Amino acid sequence: MSGPNKYQPTSAFGKWFHERLPIVGFAKDHMLDFPTPKNLNYWYTFGGILAVMLVVQIITGIVLVMHYTPQTDLAFNSVEHIMRDVNYGWLLRYMHMNGASMFFIAVYIHMFRGMYYGSYKAPREVLWMLGVIIYLVMMATAFMGYVLPWGQMSFWGAKVITNLFSAIPFVGDSVTTWLWGGYSVDNPTLNRFFSLHYLLPFVLAALVALHIWALHVPGNTNPTGINIKGPQDTVPFHPYYTMKDAFAIVVFFMFYALFVFYGPNYMGDAVNYVPANPLVTPAHIKPEWYYLPFYAILRSVPDKLLGVIAMFSSILILLALPWLDTSKVRSGNYRPIFKGFFVVFAIVCVALGFIGSKPPEGSYVIWGRILTAYYFIHFLVILPLLGLLETPNPLPASIADDVLAKKKPMMLAPAE
Amino acid sequence: MSTADHAHTDVNRRDFLFIATGAVAAVGGALVAWPFINQMNPDAAVLALASIDVDLAPIAEGQAVTFKWRGNPLIVRHRTKPEIEAAKAVKMEELKDNVARNANAKSGDLATDENRVVGGKAEYLVMLGVCTHLGCVPDGANPSREFAVVEGATKTGGWFCPCHGSQYDTAGRIRKGPAPENLAVPQYAYLSDTKIRVG
Ligand code: HEM
Ligand code: FES
Repeated sequence: MSGPNKYQPTSAFGKWFHERLPIVGFAKDHMLDFPTPKNLNYWYTFGGILAVMLVVQIITGIVLVMHYTPQTDLAFNSVEHIMRDVNYGWLLRYMHMNGASMFFIAVYIHMFRGMYYGSYKAPREVLWMLGVIIYLVMMATAFMGYVLPWGQMSFWGAKVITNLFSAIPFVGDSVTTWLWGGYSVDNPTLNRFFSLHYLLPFVLAALVALHIWALHVPGNTNPTGINIKGPQDTVPFHPYYTMKDAFAIVVFFMFYALFVFYGPNYMGDAVNYVPANPLVTPAHIKPEWYYLPFYAILRSVPDKLLGVIAMFSSILILLALPWLDTSKVRSGNYRPIFKGFFVVFAIVCVALGFIGSKPPEGSYVIWGRILTAYYFIHFLVILPLLGLLETPNPLPASIADDVLAKKKPMMLAPAE
Repeated sequence: MSTADHAHTDVNRRDFLFIATGAVAAVGGALVAWPFINQMNPDAAVLALASIDVDLAPIAEGQAVTFKWRGNPLIVRHRTKPEIEAAKAVKMEELKDNVARNANAKSGDLATDENRVVGGKAEYLVMLGVCTHLGCVPDGANPSREFAVVEGATKTGGWFCPCHGSQYDTAGRIRKGPAPENLAVPQYAYLSDTKIRVG
C-alpha cells in the first residue's frame, strides 16, 4: 500500500520541506493513515510491544555501558558496582535484565500468533522470514549480553554454546579458537562479545525497519485470514490502532514492572551471582529460560554433531514454514483439525522448555526424545498432510461481514 | 555518439575497464578481509602464555591436582594400582573412541593405557579437564563421589561430566554419554623424574 503521497502540507515551510525531503508525508502514510483491517485483536499488539521493548533495551543498555567494564578481572565487580553504588543502577540493570525476558515473552507470543493465523502464507513469506532472522539475532544478542556480568553461568553458558561450533567436521576446533581468541573463553572473548552486544541491537533496528516495510506491502493479516476487499474492511492506523497498541503496551509494562520491582531475579539463575571460575563447572548448568526448548533438543540427541544439527534445524525449519503448510486457508479459526494440533504443538514447546531445565537423567531423557521427535513431525508431517486432508469451515464473505455478524444486536440498533 | 561502431566490436574499452576494475576490487577485497578475520585469532600475548612447568612430587597416590593451562583446567592425577589395572584391562573394542588423542603419541596410535601417558610412566595421567562434548570440566577429583563409570558394578573411578552426563574411565577415555572423543592429552615432556613441562 505504498502508493503516492496524499499528504498536502499546509504551511509554507511544510511545503518547502516536503519538496526537499518527503519524510513527513511518508510517516503520515505509514504511521497514521495506513489502512488496517478493522478486526485486529490484542494478539496483534505484540509487534508494537516488541518495537518498544527494543527501544527500552537500547536506552537501558547505553546507560549501563557508562558504568560497566568489559575485562575479566573487573566485569563482575563493575556489575555489582552498578547494583550498589550507581544512582538507580539497580533499577537500570533490572530493567535491562528483565527487559530481555519480556522481549522474548513478547516475541514468542508474536510468533505463535503468526503460526495460528497463518501470517507466513503468501504473499507474506519474506515478512515471516525476516521475522525468523530477527529472532535469531535477538538470541545472539541476549546470549552475548548474558556473558557480560561474568558470573559462573555467564562463563559456562558461553563455553558450552561456543563449543557447539566444535562439532563442525574438520574445522570445528579452529572455528572455536577463532571465536574465543584463545584456547578457552577468556578476556578476548568477553571483549568481542561486548563489542557485538552493543552492535547487534542496532542491526536489529534495521531488520525491524525491513520487517515493517515488508509488512506494509500487503498490509496486515487479520483473524479471518481473508484479504481486504475495500475501504469498508479497514480503519486508519491512527487513532484506532495507535490507541489499542498504546493500551496494550501500558498493560505489558505493568507486567514488566511487576518483575523489575518484585521479582527481579525470578527468571534468572542464582549461580550467576558467583564470579566466573574457569576451573569449576556448576553442578547444573542451564541457559536462560528462553533457550530451554532448543537446549532440550540438543541434549535429546545422543550424538554431538547430530545434536547440534537438530538444535539449529529446529529454529531454521521456521524459515521453510510457508512452504510446509499446504493449506489454502490462512487463519486457524477456520481449520478445525489444525486448531487442535496447534494447541498440542504449543504445549510440546513449553514441555520441551521444562525438560531443558531438568538434568539429563532418567525419564527426562525419554520425554525429551519423544517431544523432540514430535516437534519435527509437526512441521514435516502434520502440517503438509493436514493442508491436503482437512476440510476447512466456510469463510465469511468479507472482513466487514464477519465484524457485523459478531456485533451484538443492541449495537446494530440505529441511534434515535 | 557512434554507438553503431561499438555494436560489432566484441571487446571495447568499457568492457576492459569493467573487468579490470572488478578483478582488482575482488582481490583487494579478499586481501583486506583477512586482517579483519584474523584479528580474532589468539594474539601474541595469549600465545606467549602457552607453557607451564608442573612438579609431580607433591601429588600423592590417589590424588588429582588441577592447574590452569591456556585458560583451561589441566588435570594431573597420580593414579593408584587398581585404577591402572582397570584401565589396562579394557579391550579396544569396548571403547567408543579408540584413538589415543595424545599429542605425544604417533597419529593412528590406539587408545591403550600405555598410549595415554608419556614415557611409560603409567602412574601420572596428564590431560585437559575439558569434556570433548561441549567443554565442561569433568568431575573426578572429588573422593566423596564414587563412580561406577565402567566395568559393571565395580567402582573403578574415572570422570563424570555434570553437564550432559558423559563418563570417562580411569585413563580418561570416553565410555558413555554424548562426548565423541577421549579427554585430550596435551603435549608435555619430563624435564626430570618428577617434573614436566606442558605446552
Ligand atoms: C536486543 C536488545 C538487547 C538484549 C536482548 C539484551 C540482553 C542482555 C542480557 C540478557 C544481559 C545480561 C543481564 C544480566 O544478567 O545482568 C545484558 C547485559 C548487558 N547489556 Fe544488553 N541487551 C540488549 C541491548 C543492549 C544494548 C543496546 C546495550 C548497549 C548499548 C547493552 C548493554 C549491556 C551491558 C553493558 C550489559 C552488562 C551489564 C549487566 O549485566 O546488566 N545491551 N544484555
Ligand atoms: S559438556 Fe560434558 S557431557 Fe556435555
